[in-house]
Amino acid sequence: MTPAVPRRDKGLVRPYVVTEGRSHPTRNTFDLVTLVMAHGDRPLDGLSPEKYRLMELCLGGALSVAEIAGYLQLPVSVTKVLLSDLVDSGHLSTRAPIPSAQLPEAQILQEVLDGLRARL
Amino acid sequence: MDSALASDRVHTTHSGVYLRGTVRTAAKLLVVGHFGVGKTTFVGALSEIRPLRTEETMTQAGAHVDDLAGLDGKTTTTVAMDFGRLTLSDSLVLYLFGAPGQQRFTRLWLDMTQGALGALVLADTRRLDHSFEVMELLEDHGLPYAVAVNHFDDAPVFPEEEIREALDLLPDTPLVTCDARDRISATRALITLVDHLHARTAQEPV
Repeated sequence: MTPAVPRRDKGLVRPYVVTEGRSHPTRNTFDLVTLVMAHGDRPLDGLSPEKYRLMELCLGGALSVAEIAGYLQLPVSVTKVLLSDLVDSGHLSTRAPIPSAQLPEAQILQEVLDGLRARL
Repeated sequence: MDSALASDRVHTTHSGVYLRGTVRTAAKLLVVGHFGVGKTTFVGALSEIRPLRTEETMTQAGAHVDDLAGLDGKTTTTVAMDFGRLTLSDSLVLYLFGAPGQQRFTRLWLDMTQGALGALVLADTRRLDHSFEVMELLEDHGLPYAVAVNHFDDAPVFPEEEIREALDLLPDTPLVTCDARDRISATRALITLVDHLHARTAQEPV
């Protein structure tokens, strides 16, 4: 059963403040498993505290949208708004989940199957 | 990185937090079932990272369908999703998302189901009827699934045919028994699901 996870201090800042009042990202390209990569050459000056934290996390390596939300303890919807802004400003780029035009589902399933069997 | 906050915290908890640079494809499977059936345990047994949780505040849109008995006057509630990750090859990573079924109208549920390859329904023989809601939900979304009975030590054991009948499973829906705490057992249950999904794509002209 899911244990009662001790919450970190939720803080005084409400989600709509973090997103500057917006509930939708500027682009609609984020899935939970969209892979996000940071560009190390962009200045972090002037970023909001949440975007700064997000960039610090992402500069370490590639992560999915869901993982970023999990580590930063932000709702996924809020995370998407922040990610979207940072893609617009050139701080981040994304790799779409399952590039279906390139890989048919049957091939992905076969690779998943092979990978799981190798773990037994 | 100077005065790092988030990344430092991550690094101290687990060194293998980040994806390999060669990963190109991310696949998604759901682990669903009623409250207390072992979803988080299952995801935790398989995940290479410390399982993560995200929460979202659910507003009135879906509040009336949730079981809020005894919570009179509550107009918002929090929904949560647990997830983990398995790197399966240099180029492929698999994410497992676990959530209960009563979150059907939330954005989080839509996020979870979108692009998912399929779902593993965890069931408990002491409460088989509790599994109907989530199975119906998957059918509504057109998401293929397999059923894994998570065996609890004090739960009754029934013959497979009786469980199939009790759950009203289609003949081709796989049914297995697993121990959600055991990595090998959980892996086998996932293999059953993916085998099923793969067989379906071979049958159906895409």
